[in-house]
Amino acid sequence: MTKNEALFNYTLRLGDDSLILGQRLAEWCGHGPILEEDIAITNISLDLIGQATNLLNYAALIENKDRNADNIAFLRLEKEYCNILLVEQLNGDFGDTMMRQFLFDAFRKPLFEMLQFSKDKQLAAIAEKSLKETKYHLKHSSEWIIRLGDGTEESHQRVQNSLTNLWRYTDELFFTDESDTLLSGLGIIPDFSKIKELWSANVTAVFEQATLQMPANNWQFEGGRKGRHSEHMGYLLAELQYMQRAYPNMEW
Amino acid sequence: MVTKEEIYSWLEEVSDPEVPVLSIIDLGVVRNVSFENNSWQITLTPTYSGCPAMQTMEEEILLKLKERGLSTVNILTTLSPAWTTDWLSENGRKKLKAYGIAPPEDEQDKSLLFSSPTIVPCPLCNSKNTRLISQFGSTACKAHYQCSACQEPFDYFKCLK
Repeated sequence: MTKNEALFNYTLRLGDDSLILGQRLAEWCGHGPILEEDIAITNISLDLIGQATNLLNYAALIENKDRNADNIAFLRLEKEYCNILLVEQLNGDFGDTMMRQFLFDAFRKPLFEMLQFSKDKQLAAIAEKSLKETKYHLKHSSEWIIRLGDGTEESHQRVQNSLTNLWRYTDELFFTDESDTLLSGLGIIPDFSKIKELWSANVTAVFEQATLQMPANNWQFEGGRKGRHSEHMGYLLAELQYMQRAYPNMEW
Repeated sequence: MVTKEEIYSWLEEVSDPEVPVLSIIDLGVVRNVSFENNSWQITLTPTYSGCPAMQTMEEEILLKLKERGLSTVNILTTLSPAWTTDWLSENGRKKLKAYGIAPPEDEQDKSLLFSSPTIVPCPLCNSKNTRLISQFGSTACKAHYQCSACQEPFDYFKCLK
């Protein structure tokens, strides 16, 4: 594997995570539990789609095969998307959405904090930019997890269920293969074990404050990074790709 | 030959489509203007990664410069150093307040959960007795506040560092 191939894989993975979660969050538009949250969730969605645009544009540049961010975002087959399974999971109730967001934000913040010092200038720039937005997202999702967990009996029980359910998708946040090994050896990406340490410390502290029980680390799902997705992915892509499939090359 | 200063003065006439009281110069998104290989290069940086106004700004810049007779203009985008509200001009801050949007205040560390929100004076009655309604507002760059003195809800151009 060449350095460029590894860099393409890595950038595409980060881009797909942002794109698919951004799409999921956009489904809340007009359905938020209160107006302020409707606006908050869609703002976060917009930041993620923006980050996806930067990442996929860069992936296209590295690949150098006459594709742009739009082609990559809208015209691939399901098995070519390499986002983690966590981000494609259904929105569920508000607690499920916030739990998914918190587990993701708590990963993204330390990732961007370290990636902004990457030897690859463009990845560093994207990380530096995205970090400022991610800090807002993490504060928002952390505070909701604490409010819901340490809230009423019902909110506690429901968000505990969200945690137990979504916990099974968290190992994949730290998926690594030869692309990661190659890039981390070159100082282009940070060491995932360091990020996992920071992530674990952060989620443990928030769950403690939220009076939530950490699930036993048993069965974990994986496959998204290799293009094997859950059944929800096809429906999501049908909506995401509809306009470009129905009206090829249309522009807004 | 057109000068760089002239280009900057024309860019002062291009406004942010989401906060039209601000020019793109006030907003601090124009990072560089240079003349290379027989064409003008304008380098912009986005406020937020997903800011939908950036594309409109690019189109407006091209249109504005074309009106002034410049047809070979390239717009480049840079992400680093990342935009910060520290780049908002003093004039821009005054214009925001006059328009009813509270300009950015220094903010505390976002890793502190449930910290008391930044005190943002009401842009209408200047009272400091205001409260944060939502960290996320009508556009990516704004939060939503309400004044407890005059009861007026208002936008706060949030601090980004």
